[in-house]
Amino acid sequence: MEFQDGIEPQHAPAADYEDTLIVSSQDRQEHLVVVGNGMAGCRAVEELLARDAGRYRVTIFGAEPHVNYNRIMLSPVLAGEKTFDEIVINSREWYDENGIDLVTSDPVVAVDRAEKTVTAQSGRKVRYDRLLIATGSDPFIIPVPGKDLPGVISFRGMKDVDLMLDAAGKGGDAVVIGGGLLGLEAAHGLSLRGMKVTVIHLMPTLMERQLDEAAGWLLKSALEARGQTILTGADTAEIYGQGKVEGVRLKDGREIPASIVVMAVGIRPATALARAAGLEVGRGIKVDDHMVTSDPAVLAVGECVEHDGNVYGLVAPLWDMCRSLADGLTDRHSGYRGSVTSTKLKVAGLDVFSAGDFSGGEGCEDIVLRDASRGVYKRVVVKDDKVVGAVLYGDIADGNWYFDLLKKGEDVSEIRDYLILGQAFASGGTADPLAAVAALPDDAEVCGCNGVTKGQVVASISDGACSLDAVRATCKASASCGSCTGLVESLLALTLGEEVKSGPKTLCKCTSFTHDDVRREIVAQGMKSIPEVMQTLHWSTPDGCSSCRPALNYYLLCALPGEYEDDQQSRFVNERMHANIQKDGTYSVVPRMWGGLTNPRELRAIADVVEKYDAPMVKVTGGQRLDIFGIKKEDLPAVWADLNAAGMVSGHAYGKSLRTVKTCVGSEWCRFGTQDSTGLGVKTERMTWGSWMPHKFKIAVSGCPRNCAEATIKDFGIVCVDSGYELHVGGNGGIHVRATDFLCKVATEQEALDYCAAFTQLYREEARYLERTAPWIERVGVEYVKQRIVEDETGREALRARFLYSQSFSQEDPWAERAAGRKAELHQHLEPLAIAAE
Amino acid sequence: MNDWIDIGTLSDIPLRGARTVQLEGEKEIAVFRTGDDRVFALVNECPHKKGPLSQGIVHGHAVSCPLHNWNIALASGEAQGEDKGCTPTIAVKQEGGRILLAHPQSLQVAA
Ligand code: SRM
Ligand SMILES: Cc1cc2nc3c(=O)[nH]c(=O)nc-3n(C[C@H](O)[C@H](O)[C@H](O)COP(=O)(O)OP(=O)(O)OC[C@H]3O[C@@H](n4cnc5c(N)ncnc54)[C@H](O)[C@@H]3O)c2cc1C
Ligand code: SF4
Ligand code: FES
Repeated sequence: MEFQDGIEPQHAPAADYEDTLIVSSQDRQEHLVVVGNGMAGCRAVEELLARDAGRYRVTIFGAEPHVNYNRIMLSPVLAGEKTFDEIVINSREWYDENGIDLVTSDPVVAVDRAEKTVTAQSGRKVRYDRLLIATGSDPFIIPVPGKDLPGVISFRGMKDVDLMLDAAGKGGDAVVIGGGLLGLEAAHGLSLRGMKVTVIHLMPTLMERQLDEAAGWLLKSALEARGQTILTGADTAEIYGQGKVEGVRLKDGREIPASIVVMAVGIRPATALARAAGLEVGRGIKVDDHMVTSDPAVLAVGECVEHDGNVYGLVAPLWDMCRSLADGLTDRHSGYRGSVTSTKLKVAGLDVFSAGDFSGGEGCEDIVLRDASRGVYKRVVVKDDKVVGAVLYGDIADGNWYFDLLKKGEDVSEIRDYLILGQAFASGGTADPLAAVAALPDDAEVCGCNGVTKGQVVASISDGACSLDAVRATCKASASCGSCTGLVESLLALTLGEEVKSGPKTLCKCTSFTHDDVRREIVAQGMKSIPEVMQTLHWSTPDGCSSCRPALNYYLLCALPGEYEDDQQSRFVNERMHANIQKDGTYSVVPRMWGGLTNPRELRAIADVVEKYDAPMVKVTGGQRLDIFGIKKEDLPAVWADLNAAGMVSGHAYGKSLRTVKTCVGSEWCRFGTQDSTGLGVKTERMTWGSWMPHKFKIAVSGCPRNCAEATIKDFGIVCVDSGYELHVGGNGGIHVRATDFLCKVATEQEALDYCAAFTQLYREEARYLERTAPWIERVGVEYVKQRIVEDETGREALRARFLYSQSFSQEDPWAERAAGRKAELHQHLEPLAIAAE
Repeated sequence: MNDWIDIGTLSDIPLRGARTVQLEGEKEIAVFRTGDDRVFALVNECPHKKGPLSQGIVHGHAVSCPLHNWNIALASGEAQGEDKGCTPTIAVKQEGGRILLAHPQSLQVAA
């Protein structure tokens, strides 16, 4: 055996604890050895570092091969909602930066309290000044025949998840024994992964320790509706199979075939090590209020401990324990007083919350609310004017509030009548969720998974974390199961004083501002360039990303027509090359054909280009023009020169801009035509072409309500009728087909053109980048658009004027300048010069 | 040990952009210039479906592929985030105002 400690050998083993402490604290840092690299062990070290980083030298032993990860998130990993990397709490760098010696895959097998050493499985032996045992729990395996067969899996660590995923990859049937929190999360994950799942539960209702019968029943029905089989009151007799699991036999004789059995019936504190070391152990390792065991040099924390007769199986108590422990280790001695816990089930779409005691009984009063149509069940148990328990199903928004009332033992007699309606009602009648959040006290726990209070979240927002991601990164609130995301968003809104609808969707990860904020600020502060916007609005990246750069480029272009210089490097390739990139890296070229009209000269020029540049294909598009495929990047300028020579300009088939104006034949030829739809289409295209937009924009003009140009699925559609022109907006073909909303009817062609210009400008100025007119109108409402375009005549006129002004700068053919040789380098290889040898 | 090839000056490459180099018998190489005037060279093929990376948007020390928007780290050629894959990189350096590209003999091995 060797000493891996690095500590100078001591002269004589210290017999007396007091002596050792004095000697060591004078000579060197004390050495804290932690057994268990799990949630409690690492959190204890984090708390300690936060209080006095230099005080202890830390070594952590972990039985698992991983860095510290968020065990509760194994469920989302199993369900495929997260990856392992996303649930890592502390990376290797964290250990390194804090000088922590992490030993993985090497469980501690013995503690010698006299010698003050621990010995790991590998033989590694380390001396400690203080020892912290944080070994967590072991899954309980019911002692039935077959329990050791390959294919019987517990649900505790990443290794178990890997085993389940392996099995799920092969498909087939799974049995989960245990209908508690863990079992149901396992069942959910496995069924999402494609297995047919049966849950076997001994008790008559699911999660009976957390839910009452009514909620348990609702939960069971919901799970069955999702295709799981739930057997309650079912007792396992045997797991059978030849050399591996083949199924489960119940005591009543039923057999359920399965290729894996997940055993999730409960946990037992992992106390073997402590017991062998002679520490006092009851159900768990016995600790006092400072998490000190029966040996003053040995502490214990987490699920492995018993405090005041209680053992815990949830994370919230760990956070409290770790705070008291770190206080104790740094001579502050605050003391742990036990925890009240609450439970949430992490199954997407099933909202279940429970807290406290809901068994009822003498002096207890139940307040129940059911809303069958919404599938909501709420029950709050009140005793002596205090909340003692709560069960919520289907709507758990008020869970934290009830839990807070319960923990504080607040007198609820005043709000008794509204209690069940939730906080918003009970605290003043306004059903304003923000007011409800504002009313929460600072020490109310917002994030149960990471033990973060409202005060801490607000502090980190005030310190500059002004997006959800930033809050997650700084104080970890909402970084785990995510059920408090709404609360954190509300706190962001309250603290930053911004109006947030469904949570602030920031423009991208580089900023905490939304699209609308950025646009407003650009105009308000008169910003003139992308770097200026990034600087002024505290971008978190040096030069943005492929989401924000094109958006900012557009916003600036729209705000400063004729003044802003377009940033080519902030445009997607198609807009930079003025052609559409194809999957083989060549380009397609679409010249404009006004209103779908063409003539021999244009057709001849296109035919020549096709032959001259060996274009493998030419095709009539859905936008009533021709598309030439397979042009090489190098040949683009020459192709454009040839097309320009025949009078053709770019069709912007690549742009967030006006695409096509489709027309039908109209009154000039068609026997039903009421107006000259073709002519109006050409005029409309001449007016709108070249304009940059938040997204692509399509127009069509049909000559009569038969609507052959499909005007009612266009961004702006005109349907001619005898008495004039019906104007339609917000249509979309594509992925989500949306028919237009009727805007209004006008009498003359000129009015149709004017309204079209005004509408286009409103869209350009107010929609978010990459938001087409259809989703934009769904968001703002067609009434709003009518008010701005139809009712407000002066406003319409101003919009139209702004559109035409901006068009005066944008109707230059982008091809012409390239054909004339500008930006030629974009199309050419760099030429290797001389060879310099080294 | 390397042959260095002079491919021009920094100003030949657009800021936050790229140009390509075609060497006899080699795959096309994309040479990037980042916002902080560093230069990187990669085979001009996205690890996903061979999109021409030279045509992507350059931000920080990464480029977003023009075809399906994967993010590729310029220094390592690795796809970022959820996506997995790697494009071979070629050594490149700036010396006396010139950009020197290592002769990519290694490419035959890597490609
Ligand atoms: C060429 C063309 C297909 C054809 O051969 O007919 C076409 C080709 C493409 N369409 Fe389209 N769309 C074409 C007409 C349409 C139409 C029909 C129309 O305009 O009447 C639609 C449905 C109408 C609509 O937009 O509402 C259409 C709905 C889409 C969509 C879905 C848009 C949506 O809002 O859901 C996309 C994807 C996108 O833009 O994000 C798309 C995207 C594309 C892209 C740009 C895909 C891409 O990103 O590379 C294709 C480019 C191929 C290329 O390199 O040329 N294309 N695309 C048509 C060109 C019309 C033109 O002359 O400019
Ligand atoms: C799938 C799942 C979902 C859960 N969901 C929730 C939830 O939604 N909400 C909630 O509050 N709680 C949840 N929990 C419970 C929560 O994860 C535990 O309460 C918490 O992890 C306990 O922390 P701990 O540090 O005490 O134990 P652990 O996190 O288990 O850490 C103990 C560590 O010690 C290691 N170890 C054991 N013995 C030794 C040894 N001799 N030497 C070295 N290392 C050793 C173990 O390998 C382990 O890594 C969930 C648990 C699981 C498994
Ligand atoms: S329908 Fe799909 S495949 Fe066809 S052109 Fe449009 S985007 Fe391409
Ligand atoms: S080819 Fe690059 S992302 Fe698909």
